[in-house]
Amino acid sequence: MMPRGSTRRREGYVQRGTITSAWAEGQFILTAAGRWDIASAQVLETQLRAKAPDRQEASVCLDLSGLTALDTAGALVIDRLLRRLRNQGHQVAVVGARADLCELLREVQRASQGIATPMPLPAGPRFPFVDRIGRVTVAVGQDALAMLNFLGLVTVTLLRLLRAPGRFRWKPFAFHLEQVGLNALPIVGLLSFLIGIVLAYQGADQLRRFGAEIYVVNLLGIGVLREIGILMTSIIVAGRSGSAFTAQIGTMKVNQEVDAMRTLGLDPMELLVLPRMLALLVALPLVAFFANVVALAGGAVMAYAYLDINFVQFTRQLQIAVSATTLFVGLVKAPVFAVVIALVGCYEGLRVTGSAESVGLLTTKSVVVSIFLVIVLDAIFSILFSYLGI
Amino acid sequence: MIAGGEDHPVIRVSGLRTRFGQQVVHDGVDFSVAKGEVMGLVGGSGTGKSVLLREIVGLMEPTEGRIEVLGRDTRQLSERERIALQARWGMLFQDGALFSSLTVLENIQVPLKEHTSLPRDLIEEIARVKVAMVGLGSEAGDKYPSQLSGGMRKRAGLARALAMDPEILFLDEPTAGLDPIGANAFDELIGNLQKSLGLTVVMVTHDLDSLYAICDRIAVLVDKKVVVGTIDDLLKQDHPWIHDYFHGPRGRAAGAARG
Repeated sequence: MMPRGSTRRREGYVQRGTITSAWAEGQFILTAAGRWDIASAQVLETQLRAKAPDRQEASVCLDLSGLTALDTAGALVIDRLLRRLRNQGHQVAVVGARADLCELLREVQRASQGIATPMPLPAGPRFPFVDRIGRVTVAVGQDALAMLNFLGLVTVTLLRLLRAPGRFRWKPFAFHLEQVGLNALPIVGLLSFLIGIVLAYQGADQLRRFGAEIYVVNLLGIGVLREIGILMTSIIVAGRSGSAFTAQIGTMKVNQEVDAMRTLGLDPMELLVLPRMLALLVALPLVAFFANVVALAGGAVMAYAYLDINFVQFTRQLQIAVSATTLFVGLVKAPVFAVVIALVGCYEGLRVTGSAESVGLLTTKSVVVSIFLVIVLDAIFSILFSYLGI
Repeated sequence: MIAGGEDHPVIRVSGLRTRFGQQVVHDGVDFSVAKGEVMGLVGGSGTGKSVLLREIVGLMEPTEGRIEVLGRDTRQLSERERIALQARWGMLFQDGALFSSLTVLENIQVPLKEHTSLPRDLIEEIARVKVAMVGLGSEAGDKYPSQLSGGMRKRAGLARALAMDPEILFLDEPTAGLDPIGANAFDELIGNLQKSLGLTVVMVTHDLDSLYAICDRIAVLVDKKVVVGTIDDLLKQDHPWIHDYFHGPRGRAAGAARG
């Protein structure tokens, strides 16, 4: 049984389609034989381009009696040949095709007739660069407006929830609290520890020249508590959780789950957006505080190993260098960043339409936009604090 | 139409067993499909119709048993042989499974670009012919899958399955989710293509009208095995599920429609 099947298969490959041409009785005769299928289509197409009658307005006879098999690709090659010959003004007659092959040929001819020649692309703008800048500017403006609109919608939903606090979804809230808070601790901790080490090392290298090694603690304390801790945490969380929000909600949109919610009278804002945002609002300050502690610990380890500042000295100097205000100036930014990350993540998720591709695109966009906004807001905070003299 | 006079079956499944953990889905499935035949695959939900189809096309491994397609044991193939064999069949997934980032024409061109070295303009034209052959307007070719209706997506998926001019066409619920007129038109399309391209077709379906309209024989999955026969054979079967299937109100209506 097996050998037979494989013999037939091999035959099929050996019996490639062929085309020969000859002049006979004033007629140009093209003889096709063998299997005219997709495997031989390329060879046949190139051979046929070379085989045209060398007289004007000759009568051509295409003899298909030798065909053993034909598929749509082969039929299309024949069809193209016929069209080409007729366009050149030759008389063409097709003879000898088996009935079933003839039917396929006719089918393909019918299909290829309906093919409209592809429309020429509309002319592009004269200054594509300027055009692009304009489009991007408008798109960014519209995006910003839509995001503001979304913030308003979230606020309204939140206010409505305050009137009926019993409706709050504690289960998803707890779930997301674990996801964005607890589960983020290892990665945030590790990275903060390393940042603490790097910062202490670089600071120590510079300060040692002045014999002021102990001020590494000041550098570390103020740098980490005011800026680095919260910024690092926000960026990691934006990459980790902001993207997850977009991907989760986006996938639900692709599956029409969000539509299903609406038809069941459930509010996606209340069900999907609020638990995520509130969970992040609670988690981010805590995670940022954790990052602060770990980064300082990393710095302390480095100070001990590299500068011989022991933990007692480190702690004493830290107490002198920073106050509770330093810590709060850093942490007060956390809720704002949390809202921004959750807002962007959920907003982009809800903008997903139809395809899986758009989930990927918008997830990328969500991460980029939220990190961008976090850094811009951080700069604004810095300016604000310096005005306020904090 | 009577099954073609080939002595060698195009697909032969023998002694097939499929188990997921403790759950046995197939236990000794045997059947074969002849060249040029349209075989319907039916069965209740969870009887493993789609699993069987996925096993034949190599998307899943059966626990035991032998599957021969075009005379080749699908589990004993090298990577190259597998690819060569895969080019000889096409599969239409339930919702088309078109690549969402590509237009319909580009979707159809994917296998052609991957497996052949045809010139670009010929590939383009083949794709346009396939679009026309499955009854889509030429403007549909430049659209993305998300811009198409469910029925159009199925037609586009069929065009992609036919891109390489396969000998076998596998269909997973081709008419599910289509309106009756659309479903009829799709049945007719498959029947016509089957005849003009000489295809062997294996289709999983729940649509009794499709069974009556285009299937030569039907394989019914019951009790983890397969019962194969023409509709008239199966109408005489006294297995309770098969009896209910063909003699239930829907079965009777579809049978009456055949006249």
